[in-house]
Amino acid sequence: MGKTKGEQPGTGTFRNDNFRRRSRYTAVFIILLAALFVVVILNINTGNVHISVGQILKIIFSGGHGSGAEYNIIWKIRLPRIIMAAVLGGGLSLSGFMLQTFFNNPIAGPFVLGISSGAKMVVALTMIYFLQHFSSVSSFVLIIAAFIGSMIATFFIILISHRVHHMGTLLVGGIMIGYICSAVTDFIVTFAEDSDIVNLRGWSLGSFSGMTWDNVKVGVIMIGVCLVLTFFMSKPISAYQLGEAYAQSMGVNIKVFRVLLILLSSIFSATVTAFAGPISFVGIAVPFLIKRLLNTSKPIVVIPATFLGGAVFCTVCDLIARMAFAPLELNISTVTSIFGAPVVIFMMLQKKRGNN
Amino acid sequence: MADYYFHMDHMTVGYNKKPLIKDIEIGINKGEIITLIGPNGSGKSTILKSISRNLELVAGTVTLENNQIREMSFRDLSKKMAVMLTERIKTEYLTCYEIVATGRYPYTGRLGILSKEDEDIVEESLKRVHAEELGSRDFNAISDGQRQRILLARAICQQPEIILLDEPTSFLDIKHKLELLAILRSMAKEKNITVIMSLHEIDLAQKISDKVVCVKGDHISLFGDPEKIFTYDNIKDLYSIDNGSYDPVFGSIELPRPKGEPETFVLAGCGTGIPVFRKLQKENTPFIAGILYSNDIDYELATHLATEIIEEKPFSMISEESVQKAKAAIDRCSRVINAGVPIGDLNQVFKEILAYAEKNGKLEQEDRKTL
Repeated sequence: MGKTKGEQPGTGTFRNDNFRRRSRYTAVFIILLAALFVVVILNINTGNVHISVGQILKIIFSGGHGSGAEYNIIWKIRLPRIIMAAVLGGGLSLSGFMLQTFFNNPIAGPFVLGISSGAKMVVALTMIYFLQHFSSVSSFVLIIAAFIGSMIATFFIILISHRVHHMGTLLVGGIMIGYICSAVTDFIVTFAEDSDIVNLRGWSLGSFSGMTWDNVKVGVIMIGVCLVLTFFMSKPISAYQLGEAYAQSMGVNIKVFRVLLILLSSIFSATVTAFAGPISFVGIAVPFLIKRLLNTSKPIVVIPATFLGGAVFCTVCDLIARMAFAPLELNISTVTSIFGAPVVIFMMLQKKRGNN
Repeated sequence: MADYYFHMDHMTVGYNKKPLIKDIEIGINKGEIITLIGPNGSGKSTILKSISRNLELVAGTVTLENNQIREMSFRDLSKKMAVMLTERIKTEYLTCYEIVATGRYPYTGRLGILSKEDEDIVEESLKRVHAEELGSRDFNAISDGQRQRILLARAICQQPEIILLDEPTSFLDIKHKLELLAILRSMAKEKNITVIMSLHEIDLAQKISDKVVCVKGDHISLFGDPEKIFTYDNIKDLYSIDNGSYDPVFGSIELPRPKGEPETFVLAGCGTGIPVFRKLQKENTPFIAGILYSNDIDYELATHLATEIIEEKPFSMISEESVQKAKAAIDRCSRVINAGVPIGDLNQVFKEILAYAEKNGKLEQEDRKTL
């Protein structure tokens, strides 16, 4: 891999390398953006009711002023759903990425560590309580409930991780926490009043259906702010990838950093869970695929690419959930599991081989 | 009170506030190489982790240019101090170049994007450890020794004033061990960078260090110049060696001498004895060595390996007393090996000794070609 002849000694040996790497990043971003664009178009254009492209464009550019069935389908049902699928998918993937950084293991994620289930449990409790007493519940309250649930589950996972350093054991712990939380949720749902159950059943299995523009506003703001904050953490994350001791020696305040990492990751997964319920495997599969695609784990490129990748992944999965057995709709986790779980199995097999 | 560049002042280190090594008092000047030696688990890493602020001090202070490092921000400290640790780094898809580039962390902006100057420094650092060819390789796909060099380049890339290394030579082959120590030496002496490290190889520690710290369990048993510390007794004591010995002259370690009643006499001198001694040692044959001047190179090794030495004062004629001792030894032995010592004016009597052995049918010539 030596220098090219005639080159000045001491400068530029790696300029070519760096250039090649950056070109690759650019290509990946272009592909992801193009994919997202195509999927969004497909999503808007696909449904039980067929609406022409011209009509769709007209409705979109009307900016929310219009009427009629077609307007309602596009503007009030499909568009918010697509935006939420994209934004929440991106947030969920980043939540996974942050947890992987925190535990220094690529198979960590909000779902397998039981964090989504923790959020689900507290959200279910909150929903039933609010629906009984106030007949409605705002999305902010649900996000806060989900955040509390996430933090409770995260707290237990960190507690376990202090005791056991073996990653496999930690994952088993996370899965157990997930089961406990799901059991509690099922218990609550079983004894809830009929009207509540209708709301809860669909949600507790994960779905992007029924999103409103109010949901979109809150979701986009929450995820957007966290995305920006996460992006500005890419430098300390890059240091942390070498381990705690090295990160500190480079000037990272580890205690503050770890708290921020967990908080952001929890807000991401809480926001997603509050709106769409627990969604499986996105948090693991997307960061893994993105890192492979980019051929790097440098957070400054991986963070935005993971967000985009998550958006593409979840909008595709949502399209499949809607259309595969239309008019019957699948749970989003059913679809994400079918695509995500094999990726995780592949990762583990590959890791085994890498270790030998 | 002396003003040290780097000062561990009544420092007590340990985990979770439990003191492990108490009351460490070490002052270091700028540009010095300090080496921590001591048995495994004695706490060398604990000391290094404590002065890099990876572990909180149990008591005392550490000051850098009279500033307590505990009160410095992590960022300020990172511009002064770089580390190279033993713990394994798990990376995904990161090239060695990117690993080295993390050393620029304290100098880059909010997002950590490298400037042209940063890129040049990364490249220089790779060159410094002779690892340019590794730059494009995946950090996971290189050998342990290569990784060690990349991590040193990373530390260099951080442009520190003081560099802490935890067993930097482990995993390295002899060429790269020497290379790494040469790099550290030139950094210390040319760029006035202070080096604090732990080493397992006491022979190398003796040769590179300006000051040596002996870490023994719960205390620092010795601190000072290597000349004072590397003595037979100190090293034997520090490592509790009971089945071998340490040679302070060469800094080498010798296996234990063969046990039993010697039945072999070796007539040696001028280095001719060394291969013979080693061979006998490997065969586990106890032997008597003679007649050696006490300044002879053979004498040094014989003190570790021979059961008995018949010795003579330097630069004097071989005395009659020694000749008699040698003959008595030959009488006790079943064979005599002539290592091939050259005979000059002062040791003419060797001819007589060889003839005596020959007469008794005990003489074996050491075939020098096979050695």
